[in-house]
Parts: sequence; structure tokens; C-alpha cells
Amino acid sequence: MKKIVEKHPLAIRWFHWVNFPILCIMIWSGLLIYWANDVYKLGWNDKTILKFFPQSMYDAFKIPFRLAEGMSLHFVFMWLFAINGLAYFIYIFFSREYKLLFPNRNSIKESWLVILHDLHIRKTAPPQKKYNAAQRLAYTTIIFCGFLMLLTGLAIYKPAQLNWLCTIFGGYEWARAEHFIITIIFVLFFVVHVAQVVLAGWNNFSAMITGFEVVKLKKTETHIIPDQVPTEISVTE
Amino acid sequence: MDQKEKVVSEKYIRNKTIVAFGIFVILIICSLLAWKWLQNQPREEGALRPLRKVLNANEIVFQNLYSTGNLSKVYPASKAAPRVRVNGDAGLADNFDTASWRLKLTRSPGDTLFITLDDVKKLPKTEVIFDFKCIEGWSQVTHWAGVRFSEFAKHYGLNDQTKSLYTGLITPDQEYYVGIDTKSMMHDQTILCYEMNGKPLPMNQGYPLRLIIPVKYGVKHLKRIGTMYFSNSRPKDYWFERGYDYYCGL
Repeated sequence: MKKIVEKHPLAIRWFHWVNFPILCIMIWSGLLIYWANDVYKLGWNDKTILKFFPQSMYDAFKIPFRLAEGMSLHFVFMWLFAINGLAYFIYIFFSREYKLLFPNRNSIKESWLVILHDLHIRKTAPPQKKYNAAQRLAYTTIIFCGFLMLLTGLAIYKPAQLNWLCTIFGGYEWARAEHFIITIIFVLFFVVHVAQVVLAGWNNFSAMITGFEVVKLKKTETHIIPDQVPTEISVTE
Repeated sequence: MDQKEKVVSEKYIRNKTIVAFGIFVILIICSLLAWKWLQNQPREEGALRPLRKVLNANEIVFQNLYSTGNLSKVYPASKAAPRVRVNGDAGLADNFDTASWRLKLTRSPGDTLFITLDDVKKLPKTEVIFDFKCIEGWSQVTHWAGVRFSEFAKHYGLNDQTKSLYTGLITPDQEYYVGIDTKSMMHDQTILCYEMNGKPLPMNQGYPLRLIIPVKYGVKHLKRIGTMYFSNSRPKDYWFERGYDYYCGL
């Protein structure tokens, strides 16, 4: 006999895995669109540290001269991204899953302890429920970014009819730049997320597909919580 | 809110895992097949047919947002770029004879008016200084003047014509052509334009008369209008034929 923890409800797994290919298509088609006016760079004055994007990358992925194709994909799959995202939002609200997800008042302080623990600087991590403090902050930020993605996208899609929305984001050119920056944040999140999943191990990854995590009863760690007696907490990352 | 714990047999864990991963792999295969299916679909006006159908549906959805009262942001003349970007020359043939130009306004088959630039200039003049948006993604604040299409339509008795769904425009050399929903033509900021930065339109900006329609991408701002006509079916459109959205509404 073994003990399992019901970690991810079916709905969460569905939203997560449906979102992945949709986001891939949105970023890919976004790249096809961006190429037609690829003006962003990292740098100052005439100095360019990184141009978005180098010609070699365009050539490698055959990106040039596919604006129409990019737009047609973008303005079709935007619906799936929006519907999946809004359904997810409604779900975490009504299922009260947000209580496990959104940061609480200790999260900012605790997230440093989590990062120090992950970097093997501290031996112990703060006690947690489903997600640790750093996860709460990271996941909530990325959900918020998804929401901003939708809004900045709408602002540049209908800048005349939704003039007010475009104005909120600082005008047409700013809204386009913000839409791009959020995409970069998504890609960076993806890299860190996948790295963390690899480090967390199979049991954690498997839970995003099966929904449950097997509790390894032998492998327990002692967490020291200040001003408290040491308690035994099983590790469920 | 805490997570539920259960004590189960190893067999239960194994079976559940196999089923979940089985479904997961099947869904991955299905989505890859769906992507492949999409890529193999025939093209309709340059776009994959399923995508074209959704783009057409988008037009219906976003027409509901449309209101002639929703204006593009306007700027003071001092913000307008002195050097206006020129992005395309389709329809601007070199051998254009400025003296013989007339706007050919087809009110209905057999009822065509030939309008001179002076006739157009007699109508009330409207200035539009707005952020011109190219479908490529750049934009530029530019300064235009001409007659509001809605006032032009009133003057030339186009009451019935402006009830038709679409307005078509063609350059004198027939090389460039657009179709625009007439509702967008009737927008307060849509002008038949003959001035840029307070001077007559340069040749490369569509002298003598071009369309400025801030609720559309630049591709719809046809330079050098030769013919104007009305239709309930979509007039032919240069970039639509090359895979772009027909509506292009902003």
C-alpha cells in the first residue's frame, strides 16, 4: 500500500496542457508578424547588445515574408488562447484553487528562503501546501501576464474602436512593445519552468498528467520552523 | 484548503498512471495530426480555408464593436511627421496623365459621374491628423486633408449606394484595388484626401486623390482613386487575394 496526494484536478491539467500548444502557435505566428517590423533591441544609443532577432534565427526557422500566414494563425488561435485562459480563471476562482495558487502575506519573504534553498545555500525550505512561495509568485505573475497579453493584444488589434484600451497601455506603439515584452517573459518563464520540472523529478512531472503524486514515506525531511518544534513534513514539491 | 490524501494499492497507482499517460500521448498525437490536417487544407484567397473562415467570422464579431463615434486618436499638426513614409507603389503607374484624371463614380450600372479634383475641393474640407498604422506593424503620425466621404456621398446623392455593404476602389491603371465595408467608409474620419502636410498630395502618395481611412490598416488607404463603385458582395481586394484578412478593421 502507498499513500498518494491528489495534487492537480483534471481541469487544471486540461487547461495546462491545452494552453501549451496554443501558446506555441501564438508565439510562432507572432514571430511571423513581428518580422515585418522587427524594430526592438536591447542596447543604448547606437549600441546594440541584442537585436530582436538576428537574421540567422530568421533564416534558420524560415520566418521572412510570412506576415499574412502569421496574422491568419494569430487571429484564429487567439480565440482558443482567450477561451482557455478565461475558463481557467473562472475555474480557479470557483474551485477555490486560487487559495493554493495566489501569494499570501508571507509569500514575498518566504520566496527568498525558497530560492536560497533551491540554490543549496539554505538547508531548509519553509513549509508549504501545494505550491511553495516562489511558485505562488511565479505562477500568479504568469497568469497575470496572460491576462495582459490578451489586453495588449486587443489594444493593437483594435486601436481605433478600443482607443481607450490602447490609451491605457500608453498608445499603439507602446502596446505593441508591451505585447512583445510579455512574450519574452513567457519564453523566459518556460525555460525556468522546464528546468525546475526536470530538477523536481519524475513524481512531480507525472502528477501534471495523472493528477496524483505518490508520497514517499521513507524520504522525509525535517523542516526547522523558527520558534516551533521541528515537525516532520513529507516533501511534496 | 488542503490537498486530499489517499492510501491505495500499487496496482491502482500503476493502472491509473498507464491510463493517464495513454490519454496524454493520444492527445499529443491528435493535436499533431490536427496541425498537419490544417497545413494540408486548400487555400482560399491565399489563406488556409479553415483560417479564412474564422477570419471572416471575426469580421462579423468585430463589426459589433464598430461605431462611427469611436474615433482614432487625433494629434496636433506639430506632431505630424514632416517626411511621410512611402511603403508601396502598386497602382501608381509612371505614365499617369494628371490632366485627364477624373474620379469615375459608378452610382449604378450605366450611371457614372466623372468628377474633377476642383469639384471635390469645393466640398467642405476636413483635416485628419492621426497615427497611420501599417499592417506590417509600424505607425506614423501623419497630417491629411480632404472631404469626408460621408459628406461627399451626401453631395452626390449616394443615399442608396451607401446602404450597400461594400465600397470598391480601383486605381486608374487597374493595378491596385480594395474593398471596404461601407460602414467604415461612412466613419467620421474617413476622407477622400487631396492634401498632405498642407500641400497637394505628392505623386508617390497618390496624387490627385487618395483614401484616408483611420479605422483600417494602411493597405486599405488606396492611393490615386480611379474608380469608385458599390456592391453587396465583396469587391476584389489586392491584399485579400494575397492571404490577408479582408476586413482589416482597427
